[in-house]
Amino acid sequence: MALISEVTHKYLRTKKQFPNVWCAGCGIGVVMGAIIRAIDALQLSKDEVVMISGIGCSSRMPVYVDFNTLHTTHGRPLAFATGVKLAKPNLKVIIITGDGDALAIGGNHFIHACRRNIDLTTILINNSTYGMTGGQVAPTTPFMKYGTTAPYGNRERGFDISKLAIAAGAPFVARGTVYHVVQLKKLVEEGIKKKGFSLVEVISNCHTLYGRLNREGGAIEMLKWQRDHAIPISAAGRVPPEKLRDKFLTGVLWDIDFPEYCEEYDKVIAQAQEEA
Amino acid sequence: MVKSAVEKKQRLVLGNRACAEGAIAAGCRFFGGYPITPSTEIAEVLARELPRVGGKFIQMEDEIASLAAVIGASVAGLKSMTATSGPGFSLMQEHIGYAYMAEVPCVIVDVQRGGPSTGLPTKVAQADTMQARWGTHGDYQAIAVAPSSVGECFHFTIRAFNLAEKYRTPVIVLMDEVIGHMREIVSLPRPEEVRVVNRMKPTVHPGWYQHFEVNPHFVSPMASFGEGYRYNITGLTHNPDGFPTSRPPAIKEKLEKLRNKITHNLNDIVEIREEFMEDAHIAVFAYGIVARAARQAVHMAREKRIRVGLIQPLTIWPFPDVYLEHVMEQLDLIVVAELNQGQLVREVERVSCGKSRVRGLLKYDSELITPDEIFRKIREEK
Repeated sequence: MALISEVTHKYLRTKKQFPNVWCAGCGIGVVMGAIIRAIDALQLSKDEVVMISGIGCSSRMPVYVDFNTLHTTHGRPLAFATGVKLAKPNLKVIIITGDGDALAIGGNHFIHACRRNIDLTTILINNSTYGMTGGQVAPTTPFMKYGTTAPYGNRERGFDISKLAIAAGAPFVARGTVYHVVQLKKLVEEGIKKKGFSLVEVISNCHTLYGRLNREGGAIEMLKWQRDHAIPISAAGRVPPEKLRDKFLTGVLWDIDFPEYCEEYDKVIAQAQEEA
Repeated sequence: MVKSAVEKKQRLVLGNRACAEGAIAAGCRFFGGYPITPSTEIAEVLARELPRVGGKFIQMEDEIASLAAVIGASVAGLKSMTATSGPGFSLMQEHIGYAYMAEVPCVIVDVQRGGPSTGLPTKVAQADTMQARWGTHGDYQAIAVAPSSVGECFHFTIRAFNLAEKYRTPVIVLMDEVIGHMREIVSLPRPEEVRVVNRMKPTVHPGWYQHFEVNPHFVSPMASFGEGYRYNITGLTHNPDGFPTSRPPAIKEKLEKLRNKITHNLNDIVEIREEFMEDAHIAVFAYGIVARAARQAVHMAREKRIRVGLIQPLTIWPFPDVYLEHVMEQLDLIVVAELNQGQLVREVERVSCGKSRVRGLLKYDSELITPDEIFRKIREEK
């Protein structure tokens, strides 16, 4: 443990006052730790890492870490990131976003980022609710779960984020949880290494709001729920279909190759200059 | 005569193309945009021309994303621009506000068309005048330049970039459908003949760097991402280090910095063109395409020995309060001609405070105001 916190501290900002904004037991800090360990394992320099976020609990992450950080508007970090990456393709651009940020107000940017295939790594922290504004129903809230704006139960279906990303054209899609921390670090690492748009969906817990409204217990109970409902994709074939019904798959769900936009644009420049 | 014309290389150029060429001459190397009439030619020209100079063009999924990408590219060090018209300009307001708050230099071209809503995509209007000033929420100071010819589309776009870079702020180029789609014979300078301003870079050690440093000039040096200065940018109200704050003194300091960097530099930013104003006791106040009709009307009135002058603001925002207060002393009447239901006329009335009579000549039926109409208005009101 001492070793892990040593690594983490190397990447935290000394100028920023702690504690952070997250509730005790929140999964977002776990994700931050996994990202830091992935960056450390890849031996990226702090100067080449850009962390960009939208608005919400998870999007407060960049302020604490010692990278080039851009805290943008609600739902739009992918659009900002597109400009940053295209302007300086040598930078490693990591996007931190939540389920409300990326899929409601930012849904259009999300599918187009998947389709466009710029080399961005998107860490989407999915807690099935709007945490910062107080537990409202989100585009990921399951049918008949409760939010402060769904006091009689949510009558809509939630998005399957990973399927949406695959359908929209993302070449790398993975899913992890904040319970499976070792796997999470590996998934983030693979996402960063992937040339092209990569999505890592992280199932997290908001016990403060979602857990209380839906009587799912505290942080520990919600983490146990993740443990009991995650099926590694490698094992999915061996699990009988009826046992998969209320479960979700974890691991690398999709990994294909497609020409990356910045590299393609370099060809555009070469062609334009040749013709000129 | 002939020789100099050849040297200067006269060309028949579209207003929107002149704007795009001005951007490249100013050093613009990133354009993010979304197609919209009547601004689309700016995107089309830059899609072809930017890669030729090593720049980047991207068509985004909407105008919100367009300006987001532009801001991202500017933060990463490229001079960046987008172009749009009324409906897209409305969508961009969110990120225009972000650029004010985060002090990111960028240029937004609004080729005005009739509104509200989808309105008249192919017809002229000047009804975004106030949106260019007050479009996004919160307190801020806007800069908007307003060309009235194809040549000015080129030169004012360069000026917009220079102001954006100098003051670390978004700058709006307020064009209109007629200027954007008009062709004129112009001789545009070569890029190396253009005066270009670049953003101030930090000279301090990264450990001492503050991205939003408060200094006597109110404008902070700006490092780009990837240059070894690691800092935070946020649209939340922040302290000089870029970290969110809710301390009242820090909030006040930030908002006053945003204001003062513009209001302490009005002499540098505000530009007016005046004609026949020495002995005028009547003035026509008009910008953009309407200023050309106003100039003709002033000539017509002068032929009738009516002492009329022309005031053409070349920057609409900040409004030329100081100049107008001064010139009001000699004027009995100001005719404000504009293609809307009365936006700048209220600003002139505000500055006049009853010192001169202020009359609006307002047209909002998609037609231009003619010199005859302005001349008639002068005769009626004088």
